[in-house]
Amino acid sequence: MFRNLFRLQTQLGSCLSLSKICPRSQHVLKYSTATTERKRFYQDVSISQGEGGLFEINLDRRKLKTPGGKLFTVPNEALAIAVATEWDAQRDTLKFYTMHLTTLCNTALDNPTQRDKTQMINASLKFLETDTVCYRVDEPHGLVELQKNEWDPVLHWIENRYNVTIGSSSNILGPEIPEATKDTFRQHLNSYNFWSLTGLEYVITQLKSVVLSMGIIDRHLSVEQAVLLSRLEEEYQIQHWGNVEWAHDYDMYELRARAAAGTLFVHLSSESTTVKCKLMQD
Amino acid sequence: MAALSSPLRVCRGILKELRAIHGAAYKQGPMYRYVMDQFRKNQITGERYCRAQQEAHHDAHSYLCLLASTRSQMILHNIYHSKEEHSIESAAGLVGLRLPTQPGGKGWEK
Repeated sequence: MFRNLFRLQTQLGSCLSLSKICPRSQHVLKYSTATTERKRFYQDVSISQGEGGLFEINLDRRKLKTPGGKLFTVPNEALAIAVATEWDAQRDTLKFYTMHLTTLCNTALDNPTQRDKTQMINASLKFLETDTVCYRVDEPHGLVELQKNEWDPVLHWIENRYNVTIGSSSNILGPEIPEATKDTFRQHLNSYNFWSLTGLEYVITQLKSVVLSMGIIDRHLSVEQAVLLSRLEEEYQIQHWGNVEWAHDYDMYELRARAAAGTLFVHLSSESTTVKCKLMQD
Repeated sequence: MAALSSPLRVCRGILKELRAIHGAAYKQGPMYRYVMDQFRKNQITGERYCRAQQEAHHDAHSYLCLLASTRSQMILHNIYHSKEEHSIESAAGLVGLRLPTQPGGKGWEK
């Protein structure tokens, strides 16, 4: 069906001449311009179900598109509603750095670096060799104790859960991860679909730890706990030297928001719900 | 298992965040309806340890964390990293410093 979309004003103002050449021009939502910020140009945000059962986001009457020009479709309703809420939360200007779920969906849909599942799994497992939880210090003594008390339980949990050995080390090269461990994780990660893997890799990159990310995804840790464990040394130094709000708090909230967005993305993309009604028999 | 706050507190937290986003009309949005549906659906379960209930609880907790931390991050961003002009005194006051004063004025000022 023909949809009459209009091109948004570009900086050069060449809109009019272009529309004469191609009157049926497609609307492109410019996600980023170098100089100006995008203003909120829509009143209502709503979702609708298109063909194939995929959900789309509507800004007023226009359908949202990815930066690559594709139609923005989401496989399940919960994620669509969450993305719509993100767009609705914008006030006068659009702040794309707060719309983490939208960014993740765009990455999954466009796949700008053209990667497949195997490449993403390999990239994620590379973090295992330099996992935060496995890198220990030798001094100060308080930090050594803290790392032992906080990080060891998580290591034990993941070693039991997946039947692997990871271990921790305090030398500069890090722990030796046996091949069997990597294969177990590779097999486990292969069971996730492409969207979930996008989210999972995002969480791993943000937290700098495969162990903590698997902890959140398997619901052993909450997001706040995992962020705290990831920033353990920083928190130790903050307690010692004091907190700087515009740096420490800002980083903590940003890390929490990104990790929460990533894990929500994984959980919503990998679960499916069925409703079974049990009726009371009289 | 993760030590999460009770489902009631998570639900109220999410509703508070939604009210902060939308204002008075937060009950009209699709997210409000979806959240209330999910909480009601998962309330009643036939099993003692219901995995779907635990999963929904964890997801709700993650969403609350997402909403709350994005809002806090934006507040801090607007205080410290916004483009508005500050006078020298207020800019120093952001990080808790005061401008130095010299009693008697500087020698070369008139």
